[in-house]
Amino acid sequence: MGTTMVRLHPKNRVLAWVEDRLPILSFLSSHTSGYYAPKNFNLWYYFGSLAMLVLVNQILTGIFLTMFYKPSALEVAPGISAAFASVEYIMRDVEWGWLIRYMHSTGASLFFVVVYLHMFRGLMYGSFKKPRELVWILGMLIFLALMAEAFMGYVLPWGNMSFWGAKVIISLFGTVPWIGESLVEWIMGDYLPADATLNRFFALHVIALPLVLLLLVVLHLGALHEVGSNNPDGVEIKQKKKEDGTPLDGIAFHPYYTVKDIFGVGVFLFIAAFIIFYAPTFGGWFLEHDNFIPANNLATPTHIKPVWYFTPFYAILRMIPSFFGSAIWGVIAMFGSIVLLFLMPWIDAGPVKSIRYRGLGYKVALGLFAVSFVMLGAVGAGVSAEMIPKWFGAEADATFIENLFGRFWTAVYFGFFVFLWFYSRGRERTKPVPERVTMHD
Amino acid sequence: MANDAVVDKGRRRFLTATTAVVGGAGAAVAVIPFIKSWEPSARAKSAGAPVLADISKIEAGQKVTFAWRGLPVFVVNRTKAQLDALTGVDARLRDPKSDNTAQQPEYAKNEYRSIKPEWLVLVGICTHLGCVPDFFPDLKPEPFDPNWKGGFYCPCHKSRFDMSGRVFDGVPAPANLAVPKYHFVDDTHILIGVDPGKGAA
Repeated sequence: MGTTMVRLHPKNRVLAWVEDRLPILSFLSSHTSGYYAPKNFNLWYYFGSLAMLVLVNQILTGIFLTMFYKPSALEVAPGISAAFASVEYIMRDVEWGWLIRYMHSTGASLFFVVVYLHMFRGLMYGSFKKPRELVWILGMLIFLALMAEAFMGYVLPWGNMSFWGAKVIISLFGTVPWIGESLVEWIMGDYLPADATLNRFFALHVIALPLVLLLLVVLHLGALHEVGSNNPDGVEIKQKKKEDGTPLDGIAFHPYYTVKDIFGVGVFLFIAAFIIFYAPTFGGWFLEHDNFIPANNLATPTHIKPVWYFTPFYAILRMIPSFFGSAIWGVIAMFGSIVLLFLMPWIDAGPVKSIRYRGLGYKVALGLFAVSFVMLGAVGAGVSAEMIPKWFGAEADATFIENLFGRFWTAVYFGFFVFLWFYSRGRERTKPVPERVTMHD
Repeated sequence: MANDAVVDKGRRRFLTATTAVVGGAGAAVAVIPFIKSWEPSARAKSAGAPVLADISKIEAGQKVTFAWRGLPVFVVNRTKAQLDALTGVDARLRDPKSDNTAQQPEYAKNEYRSIKPEWLVLVGICTHLGCVPDFFPDLKPEPFDPNWKGGFYCPCHKSRFDMSGRVFDGVPAPANLAVPKYHFVDDTHILIGVDPGKGAA
């Protein structure tokens, strides 16, 4: 157990009465002041608690948005759906509505910022390795649920990118052999994204997926508290204990890390507030320009592209050409790129957790993996399509160069897993891992 | 149950198994209505039903517009002269070979973008911003194009398409006009909205 459960007996008679019947204070205290975490956490350990903060923000602002939003694609004026009109209503007429909506839309992007950093932390310090495989898998499930949640949320304003984004993503399911076409109609409830689609996405976005997310977060933390937190040295602190049975290199989560996390929250809110107040669309990266135009099934945006946090996966989808008359290979590669992350605890067989003591190969490979993620993101967001004519001249075959570039980084992305499989089973030359965590004070 | 009862484990296992099987089957069947509720509703189906177009009265060189899923669908009976002019404009087109597969079904990916050469079936919606292009069938110089070989001209932003709905290079529209799913029921009837070989829907 990573936690020490001590039965509390509050002096207050009412609290004591409750505690004797439902030990809620004992439970909370065992997971805060009774939870011992390694004392050597660094900056990378802020992002888990920040993800929790953003989740709370999304739920609170989301509840208020549902009070004013109308999930209907039916027209209230020529070319304007009730959904689009209600978002404009929130932005213009509802008292402070603009702030609540921008907190929600900015929160969505910042959620992915902190989650990607949180995941990278896991890859750096081997937090996915035994005994934390289940923590990692539950985290990956949270990531999947979050992607579904974000995608459906982006459809709700029923802007033109909502519509065409939904159309492109749903049509991915059309590549499934035999049942594809019926599957697409089943998901949409119509022959194109329509009122039925918007209505069900709303239901999934505001109730079904949030319930799943909350449950997964509880399980993620429950699994973490059972095995205990990893740390930048990848040393198991439970192996060296004090006389009272608590880890020698552990400190109580509360008050030590609650105070640290509150500091992180302060810095994070500073950045978030700056974006919310001064750059809520973030130059078209958090809210795309085309989504301020009402949905129009007859007019395709010039470049259909997802929001930034999906672009690496979207690029992998686009870079894989059709074979044997089917476009399913790109879809398989895209989902495969996420499935491989799920399998990290078994792909990487290296006994050393932290990058500090791993071989040079892992450091280089992980670095290239991160670069490939960013480069693919640029391809998926259309940055390369825009820059190629500028760099290579207007006469250059932009598609050819972009495919070459995108396929190279796709190969690097998948190459990371292949390399790691063999490297961690053979030639890796690791450094000795210290007995106890190291401090830099 | 008596205080000192002996547990019959076989009977307990049997009851557990049968309860699980019957309950599981019931739960599985109970899921069906919820799954089925996601299928296109009766209202969506009737709005999206295929349209049977009678083409027997369409003269050579004439265009008739049918409504399908709220879209105008052009059916054009092209003349020999119009068909012969198609290859001549290839060099001026953005996608002469119809390589953008999103714009037509596989059976319409040819020079004529149709099943039968003379019969052109198109969604009459400009791929730029959704206006309905006008039909200029004559092979004669037009104010917007001195080398006009017949086709469609969008009045909104001057996009031009040839007699197969293929977009000209250098106009705002990015893609060829879309060809809907359709097939010939007989020589005088086209069913719009259903691929060939799928039978009548």
